[in-house]
Amino acid sequence: MIVLRRLASALPSIAGVIVVTFLLTRALPGDPAIYFAGPAATEQAIEEIRHKLGFDRSLPVQFVGYLKDLVHGNLGNSLSTGQPVSQELLTRLPASAELTFLALFLSVGIAVPLGIVAATRPGSWVDHTCRIVTTAGVSLPVFFTGLLLIYVFYYLVGWAPAPLGRLDIYNSAPPFRTGFYLIDSFIAGDFETFRAALAQLALPAFSMAIFSLAPLARVTRASMLAALGSDFVRTAKASGLSHSRVVYIYGFRNAVLPVITTLGMVFSFLLGANVLVEKVFAWPGIGSYAIEALIASDYAPVQGFVLIMALLYVLLNLAIDLIYGLVDPRVRFTA
Amino acid sequence: MTEALRHARYVLSENPVTAFAFGLFTFFVLCAILGPALVPYSPTASDTAQALRPPSAAHLFGTDQLGRDIFSRVVVATRLDLGIAVTSVALAFGIGTLSGLCAGYFGGLTDRIIGRIVDTIMAFPLFVLAMGIVAALGNTLANIIYATAIINLPIYARLARTEANVRREAGFVEAARLCGNSEARIVLGQILPNIMPLMMVQVSLTLGYAILNAAGLSFIGLGVRPPTAEWGIMVAEGASNIISGEWWIALFPGLVLMAAVFCFNLMGDGLRDMVDPRKRT
Repeated sequence: MIVLRRLASALPSIAGVIVVTFLLTRALPGDPAIYFAGPAATEQAIEEIRHKLGFDRSLPVQFVGYLKDLVHGNLGNSLSTGQPVSQELLTRLPASAELTFLALFLSVGIAVPLGIVAATRPGSWVDHTCRIVTTAGVSLPVFFTGLLLIYVFYYLVGWAPAPLGRLDIYNSAPPFRTGFYLIDSFIAGDFETFRAALAQLALPAFSMAIFSLAPLARVTRASMLAALGSDFVRTAKASGLSHSRVVYIYGFRNAVLPVITTLGMVFSFLLGANVLVEKVFAWPGIGSYAIEALIASDYAPVQGFVLIMALLYVLLNLAIDLIYGLVDPRVRFTA
Repeated sequence: MTEALRHARYVLSENPVTAFAFGLFTFFVLCAILGPALVPYSPTASDTAQALRPPSAAHLFGTDQLGRDIFSRVVVATRLDLGIAVTSVALAFGIGTLSGLCAGYFGGLTDRIIGRIVDTIMAFPLFVLAMGIVAALGNTLANIIYATAIINLPIYARLARTEANVRREAGFVEAARLCGNSEARIVLGQILPNIMPLMMVQVSLTLGYAILNAAGLSFIGLGVRPPTAEWGIMVAEGASNIISGEWWIALFPGLVLMAAVFCFNLMGDGLRDMVDPRKRT
């Protein structure tokens, strides 16, 4: 019941996303037919495309057509490759998803413990590190961090492989199961490929994590400080509970809600940063696909990309809402 | 006037980090105004005999593939980067604050419509939305500014809405209403000045984000075109040289970009401390 209501609350966002992506091509200044026709098209070719794509019909009629296409999973064809956009996005999505999720795990795995320790020992060196990391982290352009990491770990130290895609040329991709190279190679028992894929993932994932961990660490620290200063923690301490029990069970359980809320913002950061990082590391994901299309004024892939990213973002936010309900029983009653 | 100066000095001496941020900000503004007149080389003049030289006395930050002086390009780019950020934040601030004020003050249908628009913008990952807008409107500098303004708009609209909503029944607003002031006069003359300090904190914080965003867009090849000097595009131009060891082409514009964003973030934090000491972290 709760789940259904949450799902329903995501519907307006999804509707908004679909309307905006539709409007982005059709109703804005400039002739979309010219975009779709490409730079070298003749007047007649543009006219033909305009008719074929239905741009000579009224806006509502076009919108219905767009919705029908969406239901069938049809996002149009790319001009430069001639392939259906939905298919290209689907084959490239696992590369982006693997990178983004690894970055998310890294980001949470570093930021939350850092925030907790900073809050339990205010004024210590950990606290100062936390403050520097949170202020510097959001100021670092993610593409610049990526380049710095490449320079240090590839050029100077030589630990990282060349920043050219998901696997170096000596390894072949593991048999397809999930599209995540780490999981696929692990299932196949191919630990050589696993190690190679992880080596390729490390730098881009770290660049994204550094950028996105700042808000998480900051919120964790602030809400842990509030929780640890509260009466129930004082009572727990006075009752003689162990330090770790007080901090992790009583403190953290209560401090975790704002942290979960911040994940929404972190996802927005990560999905945006994903595009830039993919360009820096020549990562064959949907971000670099969209950039190539953008430069070539190939609009259908860009539109498909924006739609997919926005839908993913809405779904991730929905997941956050559901987790929120699981963690905090009070939300279930007031919702 | 001397009173205000004394107060400013007191506040800045309380928090040296904020003072440092304001100093850095003044430096960037001076660079933007005077930079192009002071730099030793033209930012677009190429000298292929001097291509790819590491930093030296003649070229402080070295030279790029075309032999252009990176120091000059970095300094000259300040005006463009700050200009993009300031213009887009001014747009977002103006439109966002006004619509947020109306939504919070009038409530009802106005609130619902504006709220729906803001929610729809927030339903997108913001950088991705900016990419989509630039792709649809056309790849020009003006559209980079509009896109950056649109993705920053919800922050102002939401903040102004909450603050106006809290104050719509406040004593001073009732008094103004009783004196026969029009609604527009109350919103702009009574409520807006009261929420300005909070809004200014956001302006400083979003300026940093706007610079990052604009630089990100030009890094992937949108908006600013070569050979224009701009930090994001300069990092992009140096990206391919990183793996062959010519670090200076991307490093210096990247560092300055970082310093600018850092400066705005620190300044925003400092302003927040002044406006609302309770939120000090």
